[in-house]
Amino acid sequence: MIPLFTSAIEFGAVFLLGCVGEILTEKSGHLNLGIPGIMCVGAAGGCFGVKLCYLASPTPNAFLVVLMGILFAMLFAGALGGIYGVLTVSMRSNQNVTGLACTIFGSGFTAFFLDEAVLTEGMDTNLSQAGLNFFNATIPGIDSLGWFGEIFLGQSALVYLAIVIAVAAAVVLRHTKAGLSLRAVGENPATADAVGINVTRYKYTAIIAGAAIAGLGGITYIMCRLNGLVSSNDGTVIQGIGWLCIALVIFTMWRPALAILGSILFGALYNLRDFINVLPEMRDLIDIIPYAVAILVLIVTSIVGNRETQPPASLGLSYFREDR
Amino acid sequence: MKNIKEPFIHISRREHMPLWKSMLIRVGAVLVALILSAILISAAAPDSQGFFGFFGSLFKGAFGTERRIWQLLQNTFLLLGVAVALVVAFKMKFWNLGGNGQILMGCLMTAICMKYLGGKLPDPVVWLLMLVSSLLAGALWAGIPAIFKAFFNTNESLFTLMMNYIAVCLVKFFISASTETQTGTMPPLSDGALPTLGEGQMGTSLLTILIFAIVTLVIYAYLRFSKHGYEIALIGDSKNTARYAGINVKKVIIRTLILSGALCGLVGFVLTGAINHNVTSTMDGNMGFTGIMVAWMGKFDPLIMAGVSFFIIFLDRGMSTVCSDFRFTSEALSDIVVGLIYFFFIGCEFFIRYRVRFAGGKTKHTPSPEQDREATSKEPPLPEEGGEKEGN
Repeated sequence: MIPLFTSAIEFGAVFLLGCVGEILTEKSGHLNLGIPGIMCVGAAGGCFGVKLCYLASPTPNAFLVVLMGILFAMLFAGALGGIYGVLTVSMRSNQNVTGLACTIFGSGFTAFFLDEAVLTEGMDTNLSQAGLNFFNATIPGIDSLGWFGEIFLGQSALVYLAIVIAVAAAVVLRHTKAGLSLRAVGENPATADAVGINVTRYKYTAIIAGAAIAGLGGITYIMCRLNGLVSSNDGTVIQGIGWLCIALVIFTMWRPALAILGSILFGALYNLRDFINVLPEMRDLIDIIPYAVAILVLIVTSIVGNRETQPPASLGLSYFREDR
Repeated sequence: MKNIKEPFIHISRREHMPLWKSMLIRVGAVLVALILSAILISAAAPDSQGFFGFFGSLFKGAFGTERRIWQLLQNTFLLLGVAVALVVAFKMKFWNLGGNGQILMGCLMTAICMKYLGGKLPDPVVWLLMLVSSLLAGALWAGIPAIFKAFFNTNESLFTLMMNYIAVCLVKFFISASTETQTGTMPPLSDGALPTLGEGQMGTSLLTILIFAIVTLVIYAYLRFSKHGYEIALIGDSKNTARYAGINVKKVIIRTLILSGALCGLVGFVLTGAINHNVTSTMDGNMGFTGIMVAWMGKFDPLIMAGVSFFIIFLDRGMSTVCSDFRFTSEALSDIVVGLIYFFFIGCEFFIRYRVRFAGGKTKHTPSPEQDREATSKEPPLPEEGGEKEGN
């Protein structure tokens, strides 16, 4: 059971980052279907950041490598989020169509960029070395603490970062003035505008910050799950994870704190195939479980449907001040 | 309230724009995107053939040989089939993002019929079973989300997306369970393939083209002239109005999605039965998503969509030649260029729907007498208008 829990939390971090990113975006009234593509781009950007460290010196500082990975993942993902923001906030395009275009572009860009710019000059060994030794580095002496240490203290730094981000997002949304304003923008931008909240600035901030956080999910998948063994096909897997993240937003009722539990659950479901002893053919059927559970969640929340489980009131609608 | 800051950019909604002008803007945006990608690619390529070489390779890849032209037309009509299938649902504002899964289920059922019935039953019977089972599978994959949407208002876009991945898993399961070699790929099925209408590539393509040309025309007429088409459009405009008009909204949603899914299943039937004769978990080629973009760029009009889908497939096929001519190792370059074109196309809609003016400067678009009457009358009191806004 211990490996299941450990891997569920590790994988849950990927879901958590994608989910929290999407929650922030949706709180501003924008349904970003580009999150799967943005997560892919985050993975590509993070790998590029790590590569830069190795180009500078063959034996780079571990801390610097992790930092550059995180920074470039957020930079690349934030840039694609920015494109989404310009198109949907300033140019008021259809959010579903723009999001899908971001996903198509993002997964294509990732496959191309990984092949052409990252995985050259024997960089794959360096990346896997970085993933294994730097991103998955744990506090020394954890092994002596038994199962507790292994599950809760032996995780990668990115996992703790994910939880910190989720808690911070929950606190900001619930208990700060900025969070209140952001929620107001998502519920009714015209009213928020009338009380003097800068609607455009809040929307852009939420979308770009959300995209950057989701991008971290991409690099977390590459570095923690795959231990840096990146290939140009990883985009398709990340895309599937990205859609699950968006479904997870509904499951967690737009609450980042609940998302921590929800994503660990989905992390466990996604990993089931490694922990159930069945014929190799049946593993493909076990892979259905997370998607089936997501569907079940969608159905149950829509049937229960009370006020608490509803999305922000103006989700998916673009706001034009002179339209009143 | 004396020191009111005048906003630098002034945006107002545009009432109407003549069709030729809006088309010009759209074509212009696409061209700008294409030229931009040509510049970037010819600058970054390991073995660049230059800016004009890019367009040369593009056209060579799409039209170079007779075989390529037939493949271009075949893929165009396949994509058009998917887009037309999705439009039926979009007209109702139902976001069917499950095209990929519905196509795959069509492929899967066709492959199952070919594998287990092909050669054992007479070919026409097998063909009929392939057709019926793939239509049913596609319809089921769209119908389940539709039922929950109709009765519980369950989020249809996420539901259909999840169904995509379930279809992928089922196809993978079928491949690994039915083939002895553990390679994850399936050898081509020899029995039960659909007939070709001639020699070589042309024969295969002609059947596909014929099927989806007919489907497109029928759906065009269905949406435009039939009572069902009217009901769909009315629900798309306002569910409440439709309800007051005595339309059974739930029934129409389910019926329409069954049609939409069945048409996607038909694409799968052709993909497996006529073109590939096997099934892979990526056989849908992401056409479910591309089809959405085609439908949206074609303004939900099947005839414009035919042009858009031709252009997208032209790029897709041309770019693969550009990739090999310019010595890129990755084939995904085509997705980037197409994605860039989507962004520009989506962005240019803004200039069609809104008028942008810069404060202090002149109007950005030269007004023509009849259609800019409103704008010219507004022009003199521009500062006041800005003032009003800030005062709110």
